[in-house]
Amino acid sequence: MSSPSVERKAASGGPGFLKRSQPRYGEKAIKVLLLAASLVSVLTTVGIVIALIPPAGEFFGKVSFGEFITGTNWAPLFKPPHFGVLPLVGGTLMVTLVALLVSVPLGLGAAIYLSEYAHPRVRTIFKPILEVLAGIPTVVYGFFALKAITPLLQDIWPAGEGPQVFNALAAGFVMGVMIIPTIASLAEDSMNAVPRALRDGAFALGSSRMQVSTRVVFPAALSGIVAAVVLGISRALGETMIVAVAAGGRPNLSFNPLEGMQTMTAFIAAAGIGDLPTGSTGYQTIFAVGALLFVMTLVMNLVSIRLVRKYREVYE
Amino acid sequence: MSNVMDRDVSVADEPGAPRLKGKGTPLRERFFQLSLWTSLAVGVVFLASLLVYVVVEAWPRLDSRIWTNFPDIIDPSNAGAQSAIMGTLWIIAFTAVYCLPTGILAAIYLEEYADPNRWWNRVIEINIQNLAAVPSIVYGILGLGIISRGLGFGQTVMSASLTLSLLVLPTVIIASREAIRAVPQSIRQASLALGATQWQTIWRQVLPAAVPGMATGSILALSRAIGEAAPLLLLGGLTFITFNPTGVESPFTALPIQIFGWISQSRAEFTALASAAIVVLLVILLAMNSVAIWLRNRYSRKW
Repeated sequence: MSSPSVERKAASGGPGFLKRSQPRYGEKAIKVLLLAASLVSVLTTVGIVIALIPPAGEFFGKVSFGEFITGTNWAPLFKPPHFGVLPLVGGTLMVTLVALLVSVPLGLGAAIYLSEYAHPRVRTIFKPILEVLAGIPTVVYGFFALKAITPLLQDIWPAGEGPQVFNALAAGFVMGVMIIPTIASLAEDSMNAVPRALRDGAFALGSSRMQVSTRVVFPAALSGIVAAVVLGISRALGETMIVAVAAGGRPNLSFNPLEGMQTMTAFIAAAGIGDLPTGSTGYQTIFAVGALLFVMTLVMNLVSIRLVRKYREVYE
Repeated sequence: MSNVMDRDVSVADEPGAPRLKGKGTPLRERFFQLSLWTSLAVGVVFLASLLVYVVVEAWPRLDSRIWTNFPDIIDPSNAGAQSAIMGTLWIIAFTAVYCLPTGILAAIYLEEYADPNRWWNRVIEINIQNLAAVPSIVYGILGLGIISRGLGFGQTVMSASLTLSLLVLPTVIIASREAIRAVPQSIRQASLALGATQWQTIWRQVLPAAVPGMATGSILALSRAIGEAAPLLLLGGLTFITFNPTGVESPFTALPIQIFGWISQSRAEFTALASAAIVVLLVILLAMNSVAIWLRNRYSRKW
């Protein structure tokens, strides 16, 4: 690090023993090796793009992009096939919406409690519980949604037919609980980054703890909170196993969360199980839908990364 | 406001030093705190009922058959998940071999060598943060298009572990960086001042101090890979397999995939079977997490 200056001093007639005895190629080689390891992650992104673009390109050679993005009928294996992706997008957005209605209030409530109210000992109990919740495999969440939550909803449903066996409501609810730890931990981080002085000032002016939480800490941490929610949206859009198990496999453009509907991820999984031959249109649909999903989550992730950077810049 | 003043004055009338008395917690405050507490409680209750439900469903099948017998699609009453359990162990072992060295080396570069003002280091940084949030099914597409078909690894343990190692690489990097960052700067400066080179400093001072943190983070990352099913679906993991893998070239199935397969069957025996396999999966995860927490408590030190 500081070796060049040492070398210069030695060369200009200083004490000779400070001069490096050898050029240390080993150090350079190690640095190159380490850089190579971190380039693997860049290559992963490049690999994803290379995996997606050629088959998706071939797909859009056969099906016009306009038909794909505005069509309301998704039936790729029917004769004649239809390639309107809107039912899959609609299913994804419906499940995501239900998940957010659960996870945003509960996640932010948990974050405010842990950051502003909880005794340190209470935090050491609840934070690991949230970690466990985040560590449960999503196929287990899907199982619970299908076998426990849906029958429960059907039992307690007050009027009408109630949820179908596969439905967006149970899948979305369980997905919402799954996302609570994501939103809670990122939002809590950003609330913790708000300087103590802001809270003390508000308390000194006679504010209650609720007023401090909602009118001082919450607005001050807003960029981090929005980042948490955006990251939650990204996780909901990309979640596969819960919806593959519990939301059904039928593309269905509907605004009724009690019906079954297929999401983009569930379609990709279902088509992938089929082991379709390379080059077939069915195989290419995986990549076309995958590319759309990748772009949607990429936008969310970049917004979230930008917002986190913003609150770090302000307070840290 | 005047109301408050009146009451405070009335307090002063009582004997003893004049003190300010609060109004007591208003109802609004209590309600707010209760709703915060509820939002945390929902998660806890959900977790508890999930665990209880799974164990109750699994109870009739929770015996040695689940790991001694092989999947049987015709007769579920004696079926087990041995090939799936062995598949999961094979996949995770090779995932660890691929992703841990790469992730730790990348973390060392980013923490110890990279100059954050250089654009390429910022690109690597943002890229890792984005990759950590890319849906796992997209990694499945990467595995299907490039690793399995493009490079010709096929539907093998090799494809599965390469795909999963790319999936958890960002998590390993982020956790290892935090462990390295926790080593105080003064230790590096002392080592450099004694004439050690940068790599000697890292190898003999920084890494030994950071190993417990890196191990904890790596185990947690691997436990994420164990529960991951979506990418493996695209790599042929749902094939009906009644033998254990014999090498990286073997076709495979894995626990989460086997669970998914059994959930998709409508007969009740399969639900019990799926629950039993879920219990096995959760026990494996619990064991790994306990090791991680034990490592963290045993070896972590405050500087």
